[in-house]
Amino acid sequence: MANWVWFHRLASPPSFYRTAGRLQWWFGVPAALLMAYGLFGGLVLAPADYQQGEAFRIIYVHVPSAWLSLFVYTSMAVAGGVALIWRMKLAEVYVVAAAPLGASFTALALITGMLWGKPMWGTYWVWDARLTSELILLFLYFGVMALAGAWDDPRRGARAASVLAVVGVINVPIVHYSVEWWNSLHQGPTVTKFDQPSIAAEMLWPLLAMALGFTLYFAAVQCTRMRAELVDRERDARWLKQAWGQG
Amino acid sequence: MTAWAAVFRRELRLLWRHRSSLSQPLVFFALVCVLGPLGVDPGPTLLAAMAPAMLWLALLLASLLTLDRILRADVESGVMDQLLLSPLPLWMTVLAKSLAHYLAVGGVFVLAAPVAAVVLGAPAGSLPVICASVALGALSLTMLGTVGAALTVGQHNAGALLAILLLPLYVPVLIFGAGAIHAAGQGLPAAGPLYLLAAMAVLHLTIAPPAAAAALRIAYD
Repeated sequence: MANWVWFHRLASPPSFYRTAGRLQWWFGVPAALLMAYGLFGGLVLAPADYQQGEAFRIIYVHVPSAWLSLFVYTSMAVAGGVALIWRMKLAEVYVVAAAPLGASFTALALITGMLWGKPMWGTYWVWDARLTSELILLFLYFGVMALAGAWDDPRRGARAASVLAVVGVINVPIVHYSVEWWNSLHQGPTVTKFDQPSIAAEMLWPLLAMALGFTLYFAAVQCTRMRAELVDRERDARWLKQAWGQG
Repeated sequence: MTAWAAVFRRELRLLWRHRSSLSQPLVFFALVCVLGPLGVDPGPTLLAAMAPAMLWLALLLASLLTLDRILRADVESGVMDQLLLSPLPLWMTVLAKSLAHYLAVGGVFVLAAPVAAVVLGAPAGSLPVICASVALGALSLTMLGTVGAALTVGQHNAGALLAILLLPLYVPVLIFGAGAIHAAGQGLPAAGPLYLLAAMAVLHLTIAPPAAAAALRIAYD
């Protein structure tokens, strides 16, 4: 038998509150170090791209944001499923706390992509399949946030948002492939994809560091946000007063 | 099964007695289709190119307007409390209500869409494809819409919220529905997008009733 005691212990709000208070530093400090290395390596050490010049350097923000925009939504859907099946309070808190973070990463990916598109494509926006599905993902995040905020009772709002996240994640691949199909039907490739040269090592390592750094940053901020959400929801609970030393 | 049939029949009877809940979205649909050409140069080439998109946009918006009636009236009058207590599983109840809604609303739009398409300049040869795409697409719209209606049933003013929740999920239906009409208008085979619409309808028919039932229970906890 696997030992699940640690899991049940973590799932109770008081112990999660304590653990996350430590975890946010364990995630946050490596995130800051990795991002510092990634930014220095990407913006200073890596050579300019032979086709795109200096403008390629925006991938050090763009690619990690795009990766997290998908990762956060998937994790929200998993947490939403857990919240609905086992009625775990913490999973609901996870969904509510993660949605604005995921929306921010999605917006960041879109904005950096548009800034890159202006010098590369000559326009901020093209109706490219990936851009469009990322934009729709942003609206899916907005839906989750709007629904979670629409209820007077935060627990009901969180559970409604969980249902939406689960239904949404089933539809995300359909949306993605339908947009790709639409794009290929309506217009030829306006942007000839560069034949991706295998990326040089001095460009790749900073990028991987940034991706890991962004992920750890998300984990750290998510711990902080979940603690804040718990404080808001359990403000009358005795464990919270004890944790703050006003037993 | 008799309980399921009773819920289904009751829903159809309610729809028949509240015919305005069908006719008003229909008038809305017609109005959007009329206003579209007024905003652009109504030359035949531009209009025919935009017709599939306008038709489907009008359909999406009109179907949003119909969704609130699926669950809200029963929740407010207390009928839903009785249905929750009945031995019929909640997802079966939801399925009966949404299927009846689909038969009535989808049927009305299947009849209205070809008329609107002709007005918008679609070639007569594409009319069967238009009917098929609306019939298949409306099933997806109704099923996803039932989930949205169940999620917002506790809200007093759910209109804008419902649109924010549902329109991103409606994107594939819009793309394949308009794509099928577009292909048929150019004399190309439209079977591909129609099959995809059918596949999506089956998927949503499968996942929507349990999801809507779970959403409905949240409001009753």
